[in-house]
Amino acid sequence: MTDPESAQPRHTPLTAVHERLGATLTDFAGWLMPLRYGSELAEHRAVRASAGLFDLSHMGEITVTGPDAAGALDYALVGDLSALAPGRARYTMICAPDGGVLDDLIVYRLSGTEFLVVANAANTAVVHAALLERAGGRAARVADETADYALIAIQGPHAAGILAPLTSAGLDGVRYYAGQPAEVAGRAVLLARTGYTGEDGFELFARPDEAERLWAALTEAGSGAGLVPAGLAARDTLRLEAGMPLYGNELGPDVTPFDAGLGRVVKFGKPGDFVGRSALAERARAAPRRALAGLAGQSRRVPRHGHQVLWDGRACGTVTSGAPSPTLGVPIAMAYIDPEVAREADGGDGQGRLAVDVRGSAEPAILVPLPFYRRPA
Amino acid sequence: MTVPPGLSYTAEHEWVALDGATATVGITDHAQRALGDVVYVSMPAAGTTVTAGEPCGEVESTKSVSDIYSPVDGEVTEINAEIDDDPGLVNADPYGAGWLFRVRLADGADQLPPGMLTPAEYAELTKDTE
Repeated sequence: MTDPESAQPRHTPLTAVHERLGATLTDFAGWLMPLRYGSELAEHRAVRASAGLFDLSHMGEITVTGPDAAGALDYALVGDLSALAPGRARYTMICAPDGGVLDDLIVYRLSGTEFLVVANAANTAVVHAALLERAGGRAARVADETADYALIAIQGPHAAGILAPLTSAGLDGVRYYAGQPAEVAGRAVLLARTGYTGEDGFELFARPDEAERLWAALTEAGSGAGLVPAGLAARDTLRLEAGMPLYGNELGPDVTPFDAGLGRVVKFGKPGDFVGRSALAERARAAPRRALAGLAGQSRRVPRHGHQVLWDGRACGTVTSGAPSPTLGVPIAMAYIDPEVAREADGGDGQGRLAVDVRGSAEPAILVPLPFYRRPA
Repeated sequence: MTVPPGLSYTAEHEWVALDGATATVGITDHAQRALGDVVYVSMPAAGTTVTAGEPCGEVESTKSVSDIYSPVDGEVTEINAEIDDDPGLVNADPYGAGWLFRVRLADGADQLPPGMLTPAEYAELTKDTE
């Protein structure tokens, strides 16, 4: 029998705020999360045009600390974390011995001996267990501290302008993929310039008991700048337009970083062995089994996760994520397709030959470069 | 959530307004809320014969797609052309400007088929999910 406790989704430190805002709440990876506050299209557009405020407290925070923390992460992950400077962050992955992706991660180096590993909510327990096992015998302590952190993101072209008056930190000095301790609205946070929307923006790791006041301060500071609260529905279309992979869609245990076009995160040049090295080295040498492609639909019917991609009417791949793009106004999708088809279609030969089986009818599509959207420089 | 009086409802979250022998069909406020922002509605063309309980179109939103079931037997006489340009009407005014299509009831009928829900029954059906 299932533990009745586990059937109840966990609340974040901001759940009461979302309820007061009238959000539609949904169970996401065991957490009660805001799906949308009103119109997800309006939320999406606000992030592209001004700014959006997100509760991401469901994300897992795992700390790795100690004299050999860097060595432990070098062995446990595919990235070169000992080369990461304190105050910087890196996008990386944790793989199984066979090279399959267990999760994609952002790792922040807080000091020479302290790292913060941010995992997807659905994978936090798996990542924690794998890190514990892989750090075994080393001078490094691994702890799941998810419950000790609220995570608030402010994303969009106005994010820096809204945040600046609330903090003494010089935001110009906080580069993309950097994270440093700072005070925001009088609260101590880890302030990071990271995100999952394709826009400039910040993520604030805060104490749970200060999350509501921080949210309120950001809301007030952004009230004249178009800031709106934004839910997971907008977050998904934002990341899809930005061509960013989502674990469970583009990434999973049967996918290697190379399949996903993210082989660059695997650092074979780092010192020592790491979990998955030999399998991944083989994958790096071999011809790709599939290619992650961007598709733009030519009709209004929307390719969705799991739909078959067709080439001359024959199945050549599977859609991993699809949605109507609010920014582009057409359906967009990411899909794993036959690399041969990707090459042919890329040569401009795809017109009329590429399609997606959208519930029984072949809807024409074309191959387009990823990302679908890139923010104006 | 609103459930206006004077309309009939289905368990598939359509509403029906009967005027003589012509039924106007749309989706309910509950349905549009559950779907999120509607981006496209495919509807049966005028002249199409539809059958009660059978899918005859679909509503696409950013997150999902769901079938529209015809609540009645008959022939489609008109579709709401405004929806094509502005699918958001389904969200903004599901019982008014967001209506979907009209059906002339088959066999000269001037009553809705049995089994349609009253406003009170439909409100009861959807209350737990609010």
